[in-house]
Amino acid sequence: MKIGNFLVVTLYILFLMLPIYWLLNMSFKPNSEILGGITFFPRNFTVQNYVTIFTDPSWYMGYVNSILYVAMNTVISLAVALPAAYAFSRYSFLGDKHLFFWLLTNRMAPPAVFALPFFQLYSSVGLFDTHIAVALAHCLFNVPLAVWILEGFMRGVPKEIDETAYIDGYSWPRFFVKIFMPLIASGIGVAAFFCFMFSWVELLLSRTLTTVDAKPIAATMTRTVSASGLDWGLLAAAGVLTIIPGALVVFFVRNYIAKGFALGRV
Amino acid sequence: MEKTRNNRAWFMVLPVVALVAFSAVLPLMTVVNYSVQDTFGNNVFFWAGTEWFTQVLESERMHDALWRQFLFSAVILAIEVPLGVAVALCMPKKGFWASVCLVLMALPLLIPWNVVGTIWQVFGRVDIGLLGWTLANLGVDYNYTQNPLDAWITVVVMDVWHWTSLVVLLAYAGLQSIPQAYYQAARIDQASRWKVFRYIELPKMKGVLLIAVLLRFMDSFMIYTEPFVVTGGGPGTATTFLSIDLVKMALGQFDLGPAAAFSLMYFLVILLLSWVFYTVMTNSDKAGKGA
Amino acid sequence: MAKITLDNLGHCYGGRPANRDDYQLKPMSHVWEDGAAYALLGPSGCGKSTLLNIISGLLIPSEGRVLFGEQDVTRAPTAKRNIAQVFQFPVVYDTMTVYDNLAFPLRNRRAAARYVDIRVKAVAEMIGLADRLDERAQGLTADAKQKISLGRGMVREDVSAILFDEPLTVIDPHMKWELRTQLKALHREFGHTMIYVTHDQTEALTFADKVVVMSDGEVVQVGAPAELFERPAHTFVGYFIGSPGMNVLDAEVEGSMAHVMGCALPLARRYGRLSGRVQIGVRPEFASVAETGPGLPVSVTRVEDVGRHRVVRATIGGVEVNAIAQEGQSVPENAEWLRFAPEAVNVYADGWLVEGEAA
Repeated sequence: MKIGNFLVVTLYILFLMLPIYWLLNMSFKPNSEILGGITFFPRNFTVQNYVTIFTDPSWYMGYVNSILYVAMNTVISLAVALPAAYAFSRYSFLGDKHLFFWLLTNRMAPPAVFALPFFQLYSSVGLFDTHIAVALAHCLFNVPLAVWILEGFMRGVPKEIDETAYIDGYSWPRFFVKIFMPLIASGIGVAAFFCFMFSWVELLLSRTLTTVDAKPIAATMTRTVSASGLDWGLLAAAGVLTIIPGALVVFFVRNYIAKGFALGRV
Repeated sequence: MEKTRNNRAWFMVLPVVALVAFSAVLPLMTVVNYSVQDTFGNNVFFWAGTEWFTQVLESERMHDALWRQFLFSAVILAIEVPLGVAVALCMPKKGFWASVCLVLMALPLLIPWNVVGTIWQVFGRVDIGLLGWTLANLGVDYNYTQNPLDAWITVVVMDVWHWTSLVVLLAYAGLQSIPQAYYQAARIDQASRWKVFRYIELPKMKGVLLIAVLLRFMDSFMIYTEPFVVTGGGPGTATTFLSIDLVKMALGQFDLGPAAAFSLMYFLVILLLSWVFYTVMTNSDKAGKGA
Repeated sequence: MAKITLDNLGHCYGGRPANRDDYQLKPMSHVWEDGAAYALLGPSGCGKSTLLNIISGLLIPSEGRVLFGEQDVTRAPTAKRNIAQVFQFPVVYDTMTVYDNLAFPLRNRRAAARYVDIRVKAVAEMIGLADRLDERAQGLTADAKQKISLGRGMVREDVSAILFDEPLTVIDPHMKWELRTQLKALHREFGHTMIYVTHDQTEALTFADKVVVMSDGEVVQVGAPAELFERPAHTFVGYFIGSPGMNVLDAEVEGSMAHVMGCALPLARRYGRLSGRVQIGVRPEFASVAETGPGLPVSVTRVEDVGRHRVVRATIGGVEVNAIAQEGQSVPENAEWLRFAPEAVNVYADGWLVEGEAA
């Protein structure tokens, strides 16, 4: 590796890590130290901020809620996107191109535009403040993305595989689950990754659609504004904890990133 | 690939259509409905025609927000795409360190957006943030809550921090798909580093870069949470981008009619621009193939 | 142009080999004569691509030297070697025209525009793309792209050698033949040293003046196609070349007689005492079946008609043996005996050919 390359990559990663380091650093400090001046490492090391979060249900339930609706969204998105992507990759049918474009336009819809109508829609069908409401709302941008990604991967699988399977007497559902899905496993992984990612990081819709029972962790964080001012340490600890699920997911898919991010369409 | 004509394929697409229609069509109709009506409260609505549209189109506020939005998207694209490509080119091609780089770089992408905002809000503060404190100690007069330019720079740097990795990952994936033989042939042909980039790497990355530009453009055009947390759209209206302005209008002032009209036009602008991007980039590709 | 000498060349990925089996390329010496057409033949993973990459400079060998003429280029980068290489998959610069593709190596070496123009047009003529110079390379078919790769190699007049790494893998069968013929013609006309890596014996035997057969990281025989056919230096060469491959049977050899499963077979030469595993090898082309002895008692399993000749498949003691009956030659219905032409029987000890004395 050339020294110039090394320098560029190192500086870039340093740039990425500095703010995260600072958040981590703060999360282990009591408020008095945070407000008392700059210290590069916690002088009065404390895990009190984390203890608070893990012992207070209104805090940790935020995590449970977030993880619940993210998981629901990922499952729903993939379940409906898989057959649709197959149809788009294999068949031409009435209005297929328009339909595909229409799906993608929803990926371009600003959540801000939909926040209020969503609130009214889900209130009127009685789903307000439920996990499924958030999961469904996130489908708006995750399903088109999942269809798009999966379609790219499926196009890379030769059609002869389908035909051979039919000749061998496979029914379509059995062929799809037993033969086809393993072939695009990395594509499914990448689609799941993107669904997780965009559902986990989104806040505008999930906050609009929840009040108490399904409130996401990211929204809970705003609670740290109390009469005595901001509880910075607690805020930082909560922030650190929201990074962890993402970090875990990235760690598990690290070997697919290179292949997967090409979305099967290079 | 040759596709079979089969209208029954619609059945496979139906769940997606139903699901997305539920989340997209009904709310969209609500928005359309608001955009052409006026109310004096109590759920009494009456027809307002294109009044809101005219009003929004003529409002200076919309023009300013739109202009800021364009500037922001252009600036972050101009920084993130070249930077992302450069970092991807410098990354180790494979092995342990490549994995480490990928994991670390993907990290910002998976942080909830308001946490991203919070991180930078803290990081930039002069009293408790590393960045603000360092700048202050270096004698730079930096204050993102007071100075519009500082606020802008903070929001841009935050977006670069947050999203450049997406471009890196896409570009890296594109680079990985180039067979080793191309580099070997280039060495045999004595091509310079620049020519390798210009004639091998760039053409092969074109597909993923198109995706990167489209995604980054769409998402930056819809940006809301991060700048809202950091600056709240301020100081003044310096960082009030379209989404922020829209939410202010709809929820803050409850001007539903104008907000809805604004929403529709905003949506159309994104659609139009994405379509233009897409057509221009795929056409240049086709022209290359057809010539 | 110059001859290429491999001097005690060996390669082992990642340092020091503990024994001979650790090598990807076992130490060898060989001289590639200037202007000859070589084929490097062997199954996948036999080390032929490693050898090619060492010659082209994409890989630095762990021991030994590579000489171009008298100059040691073992550690010289590819660009300094004046080598051209055509890869398995066509490598063209998609965004450039055919003309620019062909001009690329010259322009990178800062050749004068007039000279570039003359060379490009000459090469385009040779590879039959003269009327398509203005097209973008992206839209061309695989064989046209492969011609461009070849043209990029030939556009430099000073190339020491042109290396081919299984260049016809992705080409349609009928185009394969055409391209190979064209290569052969170009070789005759311009006399570049050519080294052609392939695992396809037909390609190797029809293209090359000399074939280098490799197995397991080792060169087992270098010879003209006829030599490989008639006197394979190793049983592997016997198996690998020919269709079907050479019949190889365990035997005891004493003087000018071989004993296979208790049957005596006459040999054309005398052999001394042999150590190791002794085998005899006979090409099916020199074997025939008959209803009566002498010979080896076999049971014929089937007779395949492959057009110009018929292949008689038989077994003896569980070992499969084949004989070829040329057109016009009859295959007796109740054939039970297999005969070998004595002068075509080769004797091997531990796989390697043993030269006998004239009887």
